[in-house]
Amino acid sequence: MSTDIQNPRSGKIAPQYRRGTGSKGNFEMFAWLFMRLSGVVLVVLIFGHLFVNLLVGEGIHAIDFGFVAGKWADPFWQFWDLAMLWLAMLHGTNGVRTIINDYAEKDATRFWLKVVLYAASFVIIVLGTLVIFTFNPCPVVNGVQLPGGFCPAP
Amino acid sequence: MPTKPAGTLYRGREGMWSWVGHRITGVVIFFFLLVHVLDTSLVRVSPEAYTAVIGAYKNPLMALGETGLVAAIVFHAFNGLRIIAVDFWKKGAKYQRQMLWVVLALWLVAFAAFAVRHLSLALGGH
Repeated sequence: MSTDIQNPRSGKIAPQYRRGTGSKGNFEMFAWLFMRLSGVVLVVLIFGHLFVNLLVGEGIHAIDFGFVAGKWADPFWQFWDLAMLWLAMLHGTNGVRTIINDYAEKDATRFWLKVVLYAASFVIIVLGTLVIFTFNPCPVVNGVQLPGGFCPAP
Repeated sequence: MPTKPAGTLYRGREGMWSWVGHRITGVVIFFFLLVHVLDTSLVRVSPEAYTAVIGAYKNPLMALGETGLVAAIVFHAFNGLRIIAVDFWKKGAKYQRQMLWVVLALWLVAFAAFAVRHLSLALGGH
């Protein structure tokens, strides 16, 4: 059995079927494209992340403060993790935005769910970015080195 | 007596169920990501705080959770590539069903390999 699948209708939409005011521009098209482009990059970034952190050597047992310090001493892994943070957060936020738009039927519910979503995403992206670039392998508080850090010998 | 509708191309079939799976795995991964950025941020609090909290990821129950999370990630990744093929490849819509079986086969292989390695590391004597 084979079925011909028609192309979706495109072009002019009759006025009675038009939704919203049509003032959104191409945002939805760019969001759609972004999901696909970021998705391909994320497959590489996240598979690499899982392989290096969980499958090589001792795997999860090797992960501690020193492991993170070792990775972020290298700008390569700083930018790897930064790209992963931004792309994954934007990809995930847009995905959840789509789900909210699909299932929350009341205007107010939709609005507030998205306010919470965008606030949470903003905090996580800013926090993660600051942590990657202000990370200190030898933290010192009030002139005292914190235990467990990687400090140069005095 | 009315006969049952013959079904559609999409509803209740591979297309719909892969969409459901993609949504559920996507939401699961997103919420883990929020937590994962927060736990990693503890490196900025103190080395001991980070090492203590990351220690929670090393117990056997969490090892099963991590394995489930990777199952979700690998499905979302491979099915996402299938969605891209459906959208951009000329014959994508025609072969979407066959591509789902390829996705599931690759998922099984990748997930089994990960599970064997990760669980033997995480649950193995140390």
